[in-house]
Amino acid sequence: MTHSIPPSILPHVLPVVYALVIVAVLPLLAGYIVLLERKVMADMQARLGPMRVGPHGLLQPIADAVKLLLKEDIIPEDADRLMFYVAPLVSVTMALLAYAAMPFGPAFQIADLNVGLLFILAVSSLGIYGIVLGGWASNSHYSLLGALRSAAQLVSYETAAGLGLVSALLLAGSLSMKEIVQAQADQGVWFILVAPIGFFVYLVGSIAETNRAPFDLPEAESELVAGYMTEYSGFRWSLYFLAEYANMIIVAGIATTLFLGGWLRPFPRFHDHLFGTSVELLDALPSLIFLGIGLYCFRLTPRQPVQIQKLVMAAVGGLCLMLAGAMAAALFAPPTVMQGVHGGFWFMAKVMAYLYAFLWIRFTFPRYRFDQLMRLGWRFLIPLALVNVIGVGTAIVLQQQWGWNPRFAELVTLAATIGVAVWLASENEKPAAAVLTADGE
Amino acid sequence: MTDAHTNGSSDVTTTVLGADEIILNMGPQHPSTHGVLRVKLKLDGERVVDSECIIGYLHRGVEKIAEHRSYTQFAPYVDRMDYVAAVSNGLGYCEAVEKLLNAEAPPRARVVRTILTELQRIASHLLWLGTHALDIGALTPVFYCFREREEILKIFEKYCGARLTTHAFRIGGLQYETYDGFEEEVKRFCQDFAQKIDEYETLLTENRIWVGRTKGVGILSAADAIALGVTGPVLRASGVKWDLRKAMPYAAYDQYEFEIPTRQTGDTYDRYLVRMEEMRQSRRICLQAVENIPIGPIMAKVGKVLKPPRGEVYHSIEAPKGELGYYIVSDGTTQPYRVRVRPPSFINLQAFDKMARGSLVADVVAIIGTIDIVLGEVDR
Repeated sequence: MTHSIPPSILPHVLPVVYALVIVAVLPLLAGYIVLLERKVMADMQARLGPMRVGPHGLLQPIADAVKLLLKEDIIPEDADRLMFYVAPLVSVTMALLAYAAMPFGPAFQIADLNVGLLFILAVSSLGIYGIVLGGWASNSHYSLLGALRSAAQLVSYETAAGLGLVSALLLAGSLSMKEIVQAQADQGVWFILVAPIGFFVYLVGSIAETNRAPFDLPEAESELVAGYMTEYSGFRWSLYFLAEYANMIIVAGIATTLFLGGWLRPFPRFHDHLFGTSVELLDALPSLIFLGIGLYCFRLTPRQPVQIQKLVMAAVGGLCLMLAGAMAAALFAPPTVMQGVHGGFWFMAKVMAYLYAFLWIRFTFPRYRFDQLMRLGWRFLIPLALVNVIGVGTAIVLQQQWGWNPRFAELVTLAATIGVAVWLASENEKPAAAVLTADGE
Repeated sequence: MTDAHTNGSSDVTTTVLGADEIILNMGPQHPSTHGVLRVKLKLDGERVVDSECIIGYLHRGVEKIAEHRSYTQFAPYVDRMDYVAAVSNGLGYCEAVEKLLNAEAPPRARVVRTILTELQRIASHLLWLGTHALDIGALTPVFYCFREREEILKIFEKYCGARLTTHAFRIGGLQYETYDGFEEEVKRFCQDFAQKIDEYETLLTENRIWVGRTKGVGILSAADAIALGVTGPVLRASGVKWDLRKAMPYAAYDQYEFEIPTRQTGDTYDRYLVRMEEMRQSRRICLQAVENIPIGPIMAKVGKVLKPPRGEVYHSIEAPKGELGYYIVSDGTTQPYRVRVRPPSFINLQAFDKMARGSLVADVVAIIGTIDIVLGEVDR
């Protein structure tokens, strides 16, 4: 290999491979997140969800993708054709570009920028152009309203979400995604425990940023049909869809990196061993989980109604066993490989947990109205995030300059911030009522 | 931005860039107009300046059809007006014709009618709750509501073979006896249902977003409600205690104890609470009624061919959506000379403009949902 590739190019090979992997896997991953979403939704709503295409609907995403690709590509007569073509591409390009600085594991990162977080935020907010342009170019009232809502919403909530992230940045002292994770490893604590309010603000802000319920006003189905996507169909529509899910993974990845310890294993100081072997219990957990899923698939295999479904189920089971084997093999590989493989597992597990919170919220809450959304953003989240930044900053000063116990300093400032949050919430109650009566007159 | 269309004067700028209103046609194909309602909204930004409901997309000429059918033949047609509350429609029609014939259904038939109609009210309100919550963006309650509604539809199916357009009653009483285990099934449903309503309420009643989306939205004062002829839960949420089951009892309602829930503000939240409480009261009526269904015949002697004397009659019942009235003119033949239906949905829909003016687009769907219209009934 080294003969054929000149050494000057060598450092660029791995990032290109990573990039190809991400671009290839992401649409599939997005499809399966949709399946997961539908299954979780079904579970919460006392139904089964997709069951027909493949065992337990496991092939549904592929069927959906094929359907979307084969659909007629309709462009409205009065649409601005160029913009109509370009808009979804802008959205999806920006969403994919943001992956460049996302650390999926200690080594699995395309580029470790020293301003990684800033880069991700900047690029993913450029994706709004795709939405606004698409809404404008469609030349439809629903699309236009959706696009305008989207623009206003993203501007307000990006501020709040960004301020929420600042608290983690203060604690890490770096904008490089890798160093932020490293800081959490060094300090021995995930930043969600130190700055829970920052995490909360970011959680709410990120739901709004990705247009998910209860902040899905730009595509509010019952009001604007499909918002900015109303006039899109087929492949172009699926590009928007892909961008939306890619953005969800991005915000989940940011939250994971900044607040949930990135690729770090939970409980780093927990060293119990598995059945007397030299393998730590928590290190063995990933392969045990896959082993369990694989065996469960094999148990379900005979129950599938059709021969082909039996085969698919068995194949899924085999895949899980292979993953379990790979996870187990990594345990005995050199530490860098082991950290790489298991880091990737823990990172994706946290991303999925974060996304599960998204889904849970989506199926529980009704949708906000536009003015309420704005009020929540500007009058509650942004002030709260600002106070939280001051609080976290104070805690750092207290421990570094005054030598307070770090946990004590954090507790004190957290209590103060929660106090402010309660006050803000109660203050927001009063004007809200006044505004409503003023509107009613 | 301003340079795009201007040619000098600043007045032109404002007119070209347009602080004008835009016209938004919601429907007839729209996810939350509950059928083929078309609402023409004049919007200033997202605020509704003016609104107009355009109806008739589902007009089937039900009233005209009546003039060419015998009284018995027309009975199934009424089920297709408010097709989510077919039993109530049937009750209103059958009682109206009975009044015309000077006949009265036997006590057993009246009690069974009451039970089925109250179950239908619960089913109709469940459908309303599910879709209303869905319109406001809560995706989950609709499935819970359908789960319980399914139990009611199963009872209907066992009783008369149909789930939706039931044609459950006949002029003069009932065609079918109740099936074995009818009482137990109704009782079991009612007993289980109490905690189900509480379950819906835990999802919605104190949910901040739900309260924010419904409180103060689409306020209709009592005076306006009366002036517009609004009836049913919409009227009662505005503070007018008017329910035909109490005011002019029909079927067997005079035998049972129940409250008429009312609220004062007349906003969407109040209408929600009124309907939730109505479901509880319907459950109460059903429980009382199944305890003691009188034994006896189920049909009055009305003859095979119905030939009411010349004359006219107006009879109305409290359907789930409001006052459902039938005005029937008989010319002494086997076919009605004229049947005029007073559909609650149609008349309640008149209040839409009053409620929607000055609200936001998002409120419009909440208001359409809260009026609880069925287009089959609006357009007939």
